[in-house]
Amino acid sequence: MSALDELTAAYEEARADPGFQAELAALLTGYAGRPTLLTEAPRFAAQAGGCRVFLKREDMAHTGSHKINNVLGQALLTRRLGKSRVIAETGAGQHGVATATACALLGLDCVVYMGEEDTRRQALNVARMRMLGAEVVPVTTGSRTLKDAMNEAFRNWVSTVETTHYCIGSVGGPHPFPVMVRDFQRVIGVEAREQVLQAAGRLPDAVIACVGGGSNAIGVFHAFIPDPEVALIGCEAGGDGLATGRHAATLTAGSAGVLHGMRTFLLQDDDGQTLETHSISAGLDYPGVGPEHAWLQETGRASYRAITDAQAMSAFSVLCRTEGIIPAIESAHALAGALQVGPELGRDGVLLVNLSGRGDKDVDIAARWFGHLGDSGAAR
Amino acid sequence: MSLVSAAFEKAAAENRAALVGYLPAGFPSVDGAARAAIAIAEAGADVIEIGLPYSDPLMDGPVIQEAVHRALTGGTHVADVLTTVQAVARAGVPVLVMTYWNPVDHYGVAAFARDLAAVCGSGLITPDLTPEEAGPWLAAADSRGLDRVFLVAPSSSRQRIELVTSVCSGFVYAASLMGITGTRDAVGSQAAELVSRVRDCTSLPVAVGLGVRDGAQAAEVAGFADGVIVGSAFVQRLLAAPDAAAGLTAVRSLAGELAAGVRAGQRR
Repeated sequence: MSALDELTAAYEEARADPGFQAELAALLTGYAGRPTLLTEAPRFAAQAGGCRVFLKREDMAHTGSHKINNVLGQALLTRRLGKSRVIAETGAGQHGVATATACALLGLDCVVYMGEEDTRRQALNVARMRMLGAEVVPVTTGSRTLKDAMNEAFRNWVSTVETTHYCIGSVGGPHPFPVMVRDFQRVIGVEAREQVLQAAGRLPDAVIACVGGGSNAIGVFHAFIPDPEVALIGCEAGGDGLATGRHAATLTAGSAGVLHGMRTFLLQDDDGQTLETHSISAGLDYPGVGPEHAWLQETGRASYRAITDAQAMSAFSVLCRTEGIIPAIESAHALAGALQVGPELGRDGVLLVNLSGRGDKDVDIAARWFGHLGDSGAAR
Repeated sequence: MSLVSAAFEKAAAENRAALVGYLPAGFPSVDGAARAAIAIAEAGADVIEIGLPYSDPLMDGPVIQEAVHRALTGGTHVADVLTTVQAVARAGVPVLVMTYWNPVDHYGVAAFARDLAAVCGSGLITPDLTPEEAGPWLAAADSRGLDRVFLVAPSSSRQRIELVTSVCSGFVYAASLMGITGTRDAVGSQAAELVSRVRDCTSLPVAVGLGVRDGAQAAEVAGFADGVIVGSAFVQRLLAAPDAAAGLTAVRSLAGELAAGVRAGQRR
């Protein structure tokens, strides 16, 4: 608790400090590549019922996803706390790579906890983190994925808290993390709202984003919450389908509970034990969700739907072939949502889709899915 | 007075610290855990903690994680925890349940308190429940006469210790170091200082957990605390035992050593 109190106080102070905000803004523009582009995707839109589709290009940010927005903020905060070491959890490795990057930039020691299963699935990101000077610790407990990496990071944090900041990668965990990470990510929606007004002359009918822990989604949603005419739609990992039980659709299929220091929706059994999750996307493979999403669902301000692995991979392929953009498989869940929502809007509709990351890290998984490897390389 | 308070008073009257032994339910089996806990009580533990096996035991190190993982994959349910509590309580020792919050939250706080009281459980130790969020549990505990034990740590401020001790009953659980269970071979030097800071805020007994493995360490902690909590060292004995009988012998022997330790410690 004392570490959280200390962090809350330091964050409140930093948030109100123009010097901190200016330093962060300078890094976001001069290092991370903000503002990111807004790209209209007309050939993709033709597959989505002919409405207009705009992509918020977080895939163009340094390190290849929106994760850099948050870690730059938390790395600056670490320095402000007088700490020299950062730990992080990672699933697909995007947050781990972003954290290793920010630590290299600011001269901080970095240790990343990653489920052993994920270190195998995402071996290239393990190599990237090590190149950037981070230590990667494979976690061999529990289901050996993101949830267990987070458990292990918490366990380390309690014994190292005097020198170490725990840089949580999503809008989950104990207060102040859900608020702080949302604040660092809300730049996405602030930029996108202005860009879409410029490009379309009006607000979009819907903003669509993928939701694992939910940081990119809250980032793009937040600036639109006061605009009642804009629907906010989150796309969760439906895995093999809700009926199979092999999914990570927390808001669609879960119930209220407490995990990792937050009260939110969870996938849990009759005894309140956390269930194992499944998704083709390691970044969405988490049995909880940021509490602000649970609140947005409960108040009806946002709606959430499950996208299966097959639907996501189909949308992945459509974007590759219509727009020449290879999305992260996480982001492909949002694209699949756009393919569903677009036809409901008709030709006058305007959709904003958050393209939260690029697909370089997923080439291996996608190539296997589509059978593009070796001699069996015919398109599926 | 609760059974737990009475056990601490009895120890104090004998000019010694109380011994609190922990085992998770369901490991090596539901019956096996109950038998091992009873053996620990017979060999001298004053209070027993039964752990409710949970999928995400954030405060526990590898030893307890392994036992809990085996308990869960062996099919241990919350109902089995209550059965275990009943069996151990019948042996005449006060039994607290150590549980992460979500299983209780999911069961329903009032229902859990009712069912725990029905099997003669004495209360809960709640490592991840903060006093700020504990309203429903405090009310349920009051209505069922259950003890509620919360934790303080070396990092806890005076203000925090005041808040935590104001909602505790039975005893206050002082974590001897900043860390998780079963990973250190020594009691942190911060433990004695923490106990003294807690005593400035409350007249409740203060028991120290994390890092006690043998009789000598138990004696050391008994020199400055009202209770000595041992968990991982018992679980380690069960993990290392070739069969259930050997496990029982091993935990009984350790409990005897620890019971002698809390009697050897020089009280302040």
